[in-house]
Amino acid sequence: MGIREQDIDKLCVLAQLGLDPAERTRARADLNRMIEMIDAISEVATDGIEPLAHPLDATARLRADAVTEAVDPEPFQRIAPLTRDGLYLVPRVVE
Amino acid sequence: MSNFRSLAEVSAALDDGSVSSVELTQDALRRIRAAADLNAFITVIPDDRALAQAAAADAMRARGTATAVTGIPIAHKDIFCTAGVRTSCGSRMLDSFVAPYDAGVVERFDAAGAVLVGKTNMDEFAMGSSNETSFYGPARNPYDLRRVPGGSSGGSAAAVAAGLVCAATGTDTGGSIRQPAAFTGICGLKPTYGRVSRWGMVAFASSLDQGGPMARSVADAEQLFNVMAGFDPRDSTSADRPLEPVERRPLSALRIGLPREYHAALTSAPIAARIDDARRALERAGATVVDVALPHTAAAIPTYYVIASAEASTNLSRFDGVRYGHRCVDATDLNDLYRRSRSEGFGLEVQRRILTGTYTLSVGYFDAYYLKAQRVRRLIRDDFMHVFRDVDLLMAPTCPGTAFALGAVSDPIEMYQQDVFTVGASLAGIPAMSLPCGFVEGLPVGMQLMAPHFGEATLFSAGTAYQEMTDWHLRHPTADTR
Repeated sequence: MGIREQDIDKLCVLAQLGLDPAERTRARADLNRMIEMIDAISEVATDGIEPLAHPLDATARLRADAVTEAVDPEPFQRIAPLTRDGLYLVPRVVE
Repeated sequence: MSNFRSLAEVSAALDDGSVSSVELTQDALRRIRAAADLNAFITVIPDDRALAQAAAADAMRARGTATAVTGIPIAHKDIFCTAGVRTSCGSRMLDSFVAPYDAGVVERFDAAGAVLVGKTNMDEFAMGSSNETSFYGPARNPYDLRRVPGGSSGGSAAAVAAGLVCAATGTDTGGSIRQPAAFTGICGLKPTYGRVSRWGMVAFASSLDQGGPMARSVADAEQLFNVMAGFDPRDSTSADRPLEPVERRPLSALRIGLPREYHAALTSAPIAARIDDARRALERAGATVVDVALPHTAAAIPTYYVIASAEASTNLSRFDGVRYGHRCVDATDLNDLYRRSRSEGFGLEVQRRILTGTYTLSVGYFDAYYLKAQRVRRLIRDDFMHVFRDVDLLMAPTCPGTAFALGAVSDPIEMYQQDVFTVGASLAGIPAMSLPCGFVEGLPVGMQLMAPHFGEATLFSAGTAYQEMTDWHLRHPTADTR
């Protein structure tokens, strides 16, 4: 089972990438080879083995539900491509 | 004065007043500019900023509050956020990005009085093993400018190996500190996962990424590690435990395992011979060397590329052309803005990994790939934990070959095989260090030592003992070899 044209379409939508036709052809070929390579893991017996999400089996630390810092939005908005009056601007979404 | 002095020697010269940090910094900046052909730096710090930091370091020393790195010029990989200085991550996406804050690692070096002289070149978003995916062009190997310095921390490796600085930082997700360290004949340590703060370090694969030191000797790397390591409450995966004291254990007290799967997979006879020389040197010093098995080794590369790509596709979804980073012009609607900003901002390898990760995380494939890879990851980690019941350290090659020529490896799948000996420790989260153990045809060879979780002290102890018996770490490229 290989990656089809329409699979690339779907992945580009999910990943929000806009590829031109030449890039799509290449992406499809690359992805097929990638999948061939990673498919090797299917041969490893993992019955009864729990997934490992953190190499030390640690879970995220919790902290008290309290405000610990005040963030000044100004330095963060200064590096944004386009802002006005403290808002991030994007093309119109709702007419 | 030699450009290849150790951190301790430079620190002693600062202490006895024979040189000031301002002079050292001027010297480092001059050398960096003169070595532009290495392309080791993406950003060189302006003289006034660097020299102000150096003057503050000299004042710190005069007050008697100097640390081991006070006044030492340092280079940070361009993945660590630096307030007021661009952090590009080797990508067009962040070509004009100036972070509003410093990374935890940068804060620690600043507080200790180190002097930032530049941000080093790297593969784009740390995805690569040759530095060739950098938007700014590849850094070069100081042993041969036609060859790669390795990656992704190739700029830091080239800068240290060429004597531009004696201290640098890197990050390692699947080998990105160790492989360039091996290719350039220096020492690079990937610490235990959670040991060094990831706060302010641009994320690639969050369950694997770890910052670490790059230096010319194990002793220097240890000094840098002591500055970098420690708990940071802002990183939710930071390990909340004190640094282990380094007990100097003689090599005669150590049992060292040779993972037979690694040695069997090493096809280069001259590299195998160098690793064998190192093994014999350790044995002569009294170490007990035994064969051990890591049975799931063959699955490490595919497991790594499933997990790293999946986490990358998630992490890199933050780059949207809205809040920071590259934004396309004249977007017709919001989706057009996202798609064109991302496709223009990301290079080919980054897009390849995002697509792979998107595929393995998508409906219908998640269990077969991502969850399956996490299960295999546990088996790989447990292999390591099992052998560490019997041995103190593991010894293996760092890379399957020496530094290759620019452009020589154009196939991505072939490039991924560079990581064959390094991804195991990454998946297991254990500390691993590459240190030089000889040359093949004039190019450095690295050996890798791996220790149990939080066993950095054993790596420093054994690595230093090895370097007391050998002089590979004192070799450096000359003007001729460049």
